[in-house]
Amino acid sequence: MIQGPAVRFRIRSRMSTTLSRGQFDNRLLREYFLDDAYDEMFAVDGSIRPHYVALLDLLASLPREELQRRKQSADVSFLMQGITFTVYGREEGTERIFPYDLIPRLVTSAEWDHIERGLTQRITALNVFLHDVYHEGKILAQGVIPREIVYTCQHFRRQMRGLQVPRNVYVTVAGTDLLRLKSGEYVVLEDNLRVPSGVSYMLTNRRIMKRTLPYLFRNYGVRPIEQYPQALLSTLRSIAPEGRPEPTIVLLTPGVYNSAYFEHTYLARQMGIELVEGRDLVIHDNIVYMRTTGGLKRVDVIYRRVDDDFIDPLAFRPDSILGAAGLFNAYRAGNVTLANALGTGVADDKALYAYVPAIIRYYLNEEPILNNVETYILSDPAQRQHVLENLDKLVVKAVGESGGYGMLIGPQSTAAEREEFQRRIEANPRNYIAQPTLDFSRSPCLFDDGSVEPRHIDLRPYILFGDKVTIVPGGLTRVALRKGSLVVNSSQGGGSKDTWVLG
Amino acid sequence: MLSRVADSLYWTARYLERAEHAARLVDINVGLMLDLSRVSAERRWKRVLAALGHPRDIEWNNDVYSLVHTLVFDTNHPASVTACVIAARENARQIREEISTEQWQRLNHLFHDISRLRPLSPSDRQLSEFLPVLIDGVHLFQGVTDTTLSHGEGWQFLQVGRFLERATASATLLAVYHEDVFANMEETVDAYTYLEWIGLLRVCTAFEAYCKVYTADLTYERILEFLLLDAEFPHSIRFSIDRLHESLEAIEEESHGQNASELMRVSGKLKSSLGYAQVSEIRAQDPARYLRGILDQCRLIHDLIYEVYIQYSVQTALAM
Repeated sequence: MIQGPAVRFRIRSRMSTTLSRGQFDNRLLREYFLDDAYDEMFAVDGSIRPHYVALLDLLASLPREELQRRKQSADVSFLMQGITFTVYGREEGTERIFPYDLIPRLVTSAEWDHIERGLTQRITALNVFLHDVYHEGKILAQGVIPREIVYTCQHFRRQMRGLQVPRNVYVTVAGTDLLRLKSGEYVVLEDNLRVPSGVSYMLTNRRIMKRTLPYLFRNYGVRPIEQYPQALLSTLRSIAPEGRPEPTIVLLTPGVYNSAYFEHTYLARQMGIELVEGRDLVIHDNIVYMRTTGGLKRVDVIYRRVDDDFIDPLAFRPDSILGAAGLFNAYRAGNVTLANALGTGVADDKALYAYVPAIIRYYLNEEPILNNVETYILSDPAQRQHVLENLDKLVVKAVGESGGYGMLIGPQSTAAEREEFQRRIEANPRNYIAQPTLDFSRSPCLFDDGSVEPRHIDLRPYILFGDKVTIVPGGLTRVALRKGSLVVNSSQGGGSKDTWVLG
Repeated sequence: MLSRVADSLYWTARYLERAEHAARLVDINVGLMLDLSRVSAERRWKRVLAALGHPRDIEWNNDVYSLVHTLVFDTNHPASVTACVIAARENARQIREEISTEQWQRLNHLFHDISRLRPLSPSDRQLSEFLPVLIDGVHLFQGVTDTTLSHGEGWQFLQVGRFLERATASATLLAVYHEDVFANMEETVDAYTYLEWIGLLRVCTAFEAYCKVYTADLTYERILEFLLLDAEFPHSIRFSIDRLHESLEAIEEESHGQNASELMRVSGKLKSSLGYAQVSEIRAQDPARYLRGILDQCRLIHDLIYEVYIQYSVQTALAM
């Protein structure tokens, strides 16, 4: 059961006497071991955290068959809705039902307020940064951030220099990944400012949980999240180009073969907007239209789930068939809003991430409310040296990748894998960063044999930025379902949990 | 609605109707081979291929079972029954959120049923299981469509596809039968002939309905009248064109802004001509030519639908 030398564990022999109500059925927690990581349910001394008492009570009171039956009925609900995700990196690229766990992840009201303030601060600073970097570049001129980090970033788009973006809003939808350290402190692992996904899983998890464990909801007083589609719609409306009081908003999808297609259709339907593909769009005289049976209809705001590279064959990759020719010209002319703007990838680049605290201080004159994780910039020779000497203890990531690909987890790697990464780092140091292996927090998960065991989790709240900042309480909690695994990404076999922010 | 979505709905319906018709055509003709007949296998199956519009790359090569296998199961041939169902499902998948969950589930069900029943080699027994399952599946889809999808623009495009395909298939079938069966008729009509005529009616699910109108007394003129001009029977050409025109009118109203006048004129003219035609007049001229005229109009209607709603040029659209 032990996965790596850094992980220790001790047996919870005192559990039944230290829990506040002694009637817990030990079969549930038989395999529940604590180690150095922060445990969401149990404190260091083995006592149960107060806000988890009712939850554990309910789980213990339900017979195993009942729990299994509920799990199965929730499985069927997911199946009926076709909530699947494509898993790459194996022989097939197959569709699987998105794995999820029945036990919700709880966040107290005080914890959430702190997170919300931190995220609001962060997105505000990043939006100002993006405007600066694509206009005067004051932060670069004053040497706060080395120019090379920005200009060597593959997601920095020269085409965006000097372009006026409606209301100066670059990032409309952000997904920021948070981890919880040993101390219980929430820190930012990374920002996702280009095309963040997963919100549909958050919404469907909630809907299915309500049907599966309704009593718990009543006992707890969970803050609602169903308003996300309305909030997103109103945010998109608020960033329409000037002079368009009744804007037509569409969702641009790459199409049915995209791994997140389910989410695109779900959101479009919930918001009541048209779901379009590149081939439905026609640009004429720098105005964007969609081709309907009632003629050409003008489009004002595009919630685009297509990458920058593919969005316009005339301005970016010429071999792309997912975008629309001339779209960038319409954008430049100010006739259409793209959410998110093009070129936001420079701000979620993993190398730039290390400078975000400096960005917050520079533009807002404030100390960051949410801290970063310690990060080594490998283009710096001294830091690179240190990292190469300690590869077996660190996590190395390629700056441009997402989805957990292109990553080395030191303590779980083989010598051959480390050698390969050393080669890659020396060949292209700008492309890599390193961070310490974090023992981030674990949360109880229910398994098929009826036992409850802890697994590593993260948290991805979704931040909406338009005329105001809106953050729906909670977000997507992702779970590394494989024992000992630290990889939570859905594309590599992770799963999710419902996230409850308590009243 | 988006032109692309209208296009996919149209083709979903057309492919399913095509699959149903082809399935029945093959099923009936395989059945007719069980009795002693004056029609040779070669003649019969060449007739079937002609009724299916002479699919490319499929030819009579003296092997009934292999031909039937190709026509029903071979996914490499776009004209096969299985390939049509797959195409319908692919079209529906592209517009998943425009159709109801029940519709999608029904179509998926059908797809999995026929995948399960597909034999590895041609065999009579499996055919008799497969074809009814397919026909039932298509009917179920149509039923679910009618009850779970709002009868708005999307539903109307489904009807347009279904009835245009039905009219085309029926007209082709009748034209082929006219040339092969009726044009060279002998004076006395005997049991063998009756079998063929009943076969024709059965392909259009028309035998019982015909009998209700005319009794079991079969004559060529009445068969022609029933399948071409009957106002109430769902598989008659007139009925199909009536429904087609109705749906086109509904679409014109819903989509306001497009210039559909030429399309409505052609469709309306075809509807009226069938409404006022008399079978004696048709017989006096040349039924084959009349039927081919209908096919030409159907093709024209298809082209006009594309021109007005789906592939109009940007210049034309902006000039509105």
